[in-house]
Amino acid sequence: MTVRKGKQTIVYTTKPVILGYGTVGGPKEGQGPVGPYLDKVYPDLAMGEKSFELAERQMMVSAIEIALEKASLSRSNVDFFIAGDLLNQIISSGFSALNLGAPFLGIYGACSSFAQGMLLAGILVDSGAAEVVISATSSHNNTAERQYRYPTEYGAQLPPWSQHTVTGAAATAVAVRGEGPRVELATVGRVMDLGMKDPLNMGVAMAPAAADTIFTHMEDTGRKPDDYDLIVTGDLGKVGREVVMELAQRQGYDLSRNYRDCGELVYGMGQIENAGGSGCACSAIVTLGMLFNQNYKRLLVVATGAMHSTTSCQQGENIPAIAHAVSIEF
Amino acid sequence: MKDVLKDPKAYKELVKDKNPKPKLAKNLIMAFVVGGGICTLGQLIQNIYIKYFHFPPDRAGDPTTATVIFISGLLTALGVYDKIARHGGAGTAVPVTGFANSVVSAALEFKREGFVLGVGSKMFILAGSVIVFGVVTAFVVGLISALF
Repeated sequence: MTVRKGKQTIVYTTKPVILGYGTVGGPKEGQGPVGPYLDKVYPDLAMGEKSFELAERQMMVSAIEIALEKASLSRSNVDFFIAGDLLNQIISSGFSALNLGAPFLGIYGACSSFAQGMLLAGILVDSGAAEVVISATSSHNNTAERQYRYPTEYGAQLPPWSQHTVTGAAATAVAVRGEGPRVELATVGRVMDLGMKDPLNMGVAMAPAAADTIFTHMEDTGRKPDDYDLIVTGDLGKVGREVVMELAQRQGYDLSRNYRDCGELVYGMGQIENAGGSGCACSAIVTLGMLFNQNYKRLLVVATGAMHSTTSCQQGENIPAIAHAVSIEF
Repeated sequence: MKDVLKDPKAYKELVKDKNPKPKLAKNLIMAFVVGGGICTLGQLIQNIYIKYFHFPPDRAGDPTTATVIFISGLLTALGVYDKIARHGGAGTAVPVTGFANSVVSAALEFKREGFVLGVGSKMFILAGSVIVFGVVTAFVVGLISALF
């Protein structure tokens, strides 16, 4: 049974198992530090499709298939499918759900969708409503660029605090029994707004949400940052990570030893000139690909998302942000 | 101590010096070199039109502009222009080549939505406001020069 602890934290009493997971990435991701861990790397961004939207969808379907294969499950075993992505009306998720054929719950948590999906999948399994739930997310640099910023070939000089949307997709098969990492706790984040307006500076806009969720998680569970081998935020990049470190220090938490950010881990030196990676796939492929294979005992994934749209930004509104945390035991 | 997470002003103060500084000197020099390079190329093309195609100097500007726009469009379609612009900054944005890039890149991007709703209507998504305010300014300036 699933119970609540403290203000915002969920305790999974049966600790659902991550039976299998699939990670796929684009060419740049394949060349980066996360590349060797990915199940599948596409050599080009179009992936043989007519549009980048179709390419993104292909990645999500591929990640789901890999996750099912690794978990030794077939499509008919999937009780529910939960997915979210960045595109308007979450079309990557909706069309992938059509392909998969399983009962579907579409979610939108921007780049926090990875943690949000796993959190909800955990609840469905822990409550006894499902035996197997697939949770998936995806992002594609070119689809995100055209929706949030400029046409792909438009020549724009980006500031050093901007981030590069990760091309990739990931899926997890969360099941009631079996061998594998276990979803133990999750903290549902609050939407935070501290007056940031620059849509190119997402790290700074999302850092307060990440810090708030980390602090709340520690308060609710009575744990300390040291109880985790690693605490990792989703896509704050270099700038946002430094802000979280400072916020934590002021709050009396020491994150200097075991805190990293997926946006900083996804690309290597010289691959990009700005503050790091971002996008739904950023936290997903780094966590499942790289961090699941590091002999950790306990990992806290804090996926961060910005809840703005181009409309809200152009109308002069601030960028609100959210972060969801999921604790995973190995 | 006041909780920074509840105080936008204190937060703004905290993040103020966290952002890395843009490399101003490097960006200025690159903009000068790249922008100047594009203009030098334009001048070279103009001279060719005057010398070899016998255009009068005051009318050689038109084919020159058309040629530079063509080159910019071609480089955009080949995926080169945005890479130059990443270093050139304002040097690639300000000349007419930047304008051409904004139109061609939008046309390429929205081709999948068809020729009417895609290319046709989205082509000026970036350049549209330049045209609108350019025309308005020209009208006002023209009016003033006609009156006085």
